[in-house]
Amino acid sequence: MSTTSAEIKPGKASLLYDPKIRGYVYQFLLLAVVGFLIWSAASNAIENLRAQKIASGFGFWHNASGFDINQKLVPYDASSGTYGRAFWVGLLNTLLVASIGIVLSTFLGFFVGVARLSSNWIVSKIAMIYVEVIRNVPLLLQLFFWYNAVLKPLPNPRQSIELPAGALLNNRGLYVPDPQFGPGGSLIIWAFLIGIVATFVFRSWARKQQAATGRQYPTGWVGFGLIVILPVLVYFATGRPITFVYPELAGFNLRGGIQIFPEFVALLIGLTTYTAGFIAEVVRAGILAVSKGQTEASHALGLRPGPTLKLVVIPQAMRVIIPPLTSNYLNLTKNSSLAVAIGYPDLVQVFTGTVLNQTGQAVEVVAITMAVYLTISLVTSLFMNIYNKRMALVER
Amino acid sequence: MTDATTEMAPYAFVRKETLEQQPAPLSVAGPLAWVRQHLLSSPLNIALTLLCLYLVVDSVPGLIRFYFLDAVWTGTSRDACLADKVGRPVGACWAYIADRFQYFIYGSYPINQRWRVNIVFVMFALGIVWLLWTSAPKKKLGIFFFFVLLPISAYVLLLGGPGAERFLSICLTLALALAALYLILSFVPQLVRFYIGEAALGVVEQLPIWKRFFGPKQLVLFALVVLGFLSLLASNPGLPRVDTGLWGGMTVTFLIAAVGIVFSLPLGVVLALGRRSRLPIIQLLSVIFIEFVRGVPLITVLFMANTMLPLFVPQEYSPDRLLRPLVGVALFAAAYMAEVVRGGLQAMPKGQYEGAMSLGLGYWSMMRLIILPQALRIVIPGIVNTFIGLFKDTTLVTIVGIFDFLRTIEATLVDPTWATPTTRSTGYAFAAIFYFLCCWGMSRYSIAVEKRLAAGQKR
Repeated sequence: MSTTSAEIKPGKASLLYDPKIRGYVYQFLLLAVVGFLIWSAASNAIENLRAQKIASGFGFWHNASGFDINQKLVPYDASSGTYGRAFWVGLLNTLLVASIGIVLSTFLGFFVGVARLSSNWIVSKIAMIYVEVIRNVPLLLQLFFWYNAVLKPLPNPRQSIELPAGALLNNRGLYVPDPQFGPGGSLIIWAFLIGIVATFVFRSWARKQQAATGRQYPTGWVGFGLIVILPVLVYFATGRPITFVYPELAGFNLRGGIQIFPEFVALLIGLTTYTAGFIAEVVRAGILAVSKGQTEASHALGLRPGPTLKLVVIPQAMRVIIPPLTSNYLNLTKNSSLAVAIGYPDLVQVFTGTVLNQTGQAVEVVAITMAVYLTISLVTSLFMNIYNKRMALVER
Repeated sequence: MTDATTEMAPYAFVRKETLEQQPAPLSVAGPLAWVRQHLLSSPLNIALTLLCLYLVVDSVPGLIRFYFLDAVWTGTSRDACLADKVGRPVGACWAYIADRFQYFIYGSYPINQRWRVNIVFVMFALGIVWLLWTSAPKKKLGIFFFFVLLPISAYVLLLGGPGAERFLSICLTLALALAALYLILSFVPQLVRFYIGEAALGVVEQLPIWKRFFGPKQLVLFALVVLGFLSLLASNPGLPRVDTGLWGGMTVTFLIAAVGIVFSLPLGVVLALGRRSRLPIIQLLSVIFIEFVRGVPLITVLFMANTMLPLFVPQEYSPDRLLRPLVGVALFAAAYMAEVVRGGLQAMPKGQYEGAMSLGLGYWSMMRLIILPQALRIVIPGIVNTFIGLFKDTTLVTIVGIFDFLRTIEATLVDPTWATPTTRSTGYAFAAIFYFLCCWGMSRYSIAVEKRLAAGQKR
């Protein structure tokens, strides 16, 4: 036995069958193919651009744009605006609708997700119908619906629908009262900010106290007092310095107040309701993932339903919820690019739409747009990963 | 009198026979208890129930009246749906849907050529059923049909013209050559000794001639039948070229979705394997592609395909306007598919890899025979979910000017023939129903598959 096995030497395998060398060859081939593709695409692009007499490079950034944008968060106008300026206007509009949409869809999504788990039959059925319908109809169709079928047929400014608090709704958008800060008005904002900071300070102090002594403090009421009551007191103490300019009819249009464009409203409603449908499912799955034993054990320890939910179920559910929630936030941000279909001046509409059409510099414009979305995606997932790490189960 | 009865005698109140089973009390069973438990269990629930009832009563009858009771079902022009012409309140204008139904399906495809689209629809449905119906026979043949024959036939049938016919004749020649090769090999199997090995050859030679190399021969025969059918159609009624600019409606929607699935699934498998590869460059390139595509919105990919693709190829090969978004959608879906497949690959226990390796299988045989069949099976729900997303995303091609189903709806809405106050809500409702039925059906299927797959784990 031993002699035979000693005689059989592992034969020197041919280089052809050496996995290491094969690996190098495969990788080299792939690199060569990808390199060739990139090289040929680039050389074709240079040739085609030359044939079409299109400039290249980022020189267009400072050229005059010559088009106006109706919604702008930074000063911009057609006569003095540049393409670079238009880019910032579009980017800020994207960020605006995405951030408001994220906040609103989180609230709506959590609400619907919890409602779907409700023991109340009719509530859970309505939540189910909402989720199924919203998730199975394309977002673009929903945006068309909100914009063309709901907001467009609204009456003209002369027959505006009056909403509470002096707001008016018509086919040119939503008009809300414009707050004017008189002398001392800034104090109210300062009081509000100080209230928020003080609440956080108090909360961490109360936690430490509870950990040390076991005594509980009414954090909720103190926070309410600091954030809500304090600014109100300051408001009256400084002699009510905030006045509102209400929108009023002047000729065929409304004057005064802040105009929120229907494109923005439609996009916001569409994105919020659509993403909320997905968030609701995420929340439902997260809550169902916490086993029933956890609730029962916490009841057995004497915790009431409120603290059970707050201290036992939600912290565990959040671990399951956060990763898919992040991807839904990212989806919302990416979906906000559908603004181009209803004419909301977001990054894609302004930059990949108008600027690209005017300059024809497709490569640069598309590359910049993609870089922006990639950055947003990476930054968001970075922050959510940090948060996720803090919430994650600490294992021994 | 026996002992027992005398003993029992003093206890006359002891019941001698079993009682009839009583129904549960009303407070714990029956409809009343159900209502109490599910609708009125606490003051908050009572309030919620009342609020929801109010919402339902407020909205549902109005919707029913609008879409059914007051709806107009027949008519040939807008006059049928105008309240002052009809003399009654008018709801949804279904007559408009009925009138433009052909347009919604085929777009502007020439009317006398629409049978070609119908054949493709039938083949597509056949392929889908073949793949998705779990107990359908000859799955391999089905996969070959869906991923190879269907794209060829769809291309030839939908586009037509001399280019497509030349392509068809090349495919047919190829299939005929393969058939001839297999015919020869069936009689002289020794020719493939170096390929299938001495031992397996012995097994093959024991078989009667018509059973040798049975699997591949089936595929070739099937391809011959389908391609022959196509060339019959090409010769007798003829397949004149129909420009892609005329395609539209559900045809284009299904086409984009089908191209998406047919190309994204194999590409996604390759990308997922690349991402799991131990070769650093292959892994890096796969990761870059996947993360890049997943980080940007589909619209920018479509814009890129629309504006940059023509720049990247020589001018004479400038891609067709419909082809550009197809490429974009396929690449976009491939990145998402890759992540789904990677999930399946990671879920495979390590023992499967090790077992395959210990049997002496190489990388590709291991993947093809052991890992992928299992991994793909467990991610069917994920694949279907990705496909639902893809199907909804097909609407975005509207933005780059392709006449998909949603675009045909929008196009008819600006057409004065049917311009009525209720046309828009009818059109959108119809579109919503179409997309809902497709997506909801797919999600039901994926849930059913999930249940079937979980059956093994259930205790």
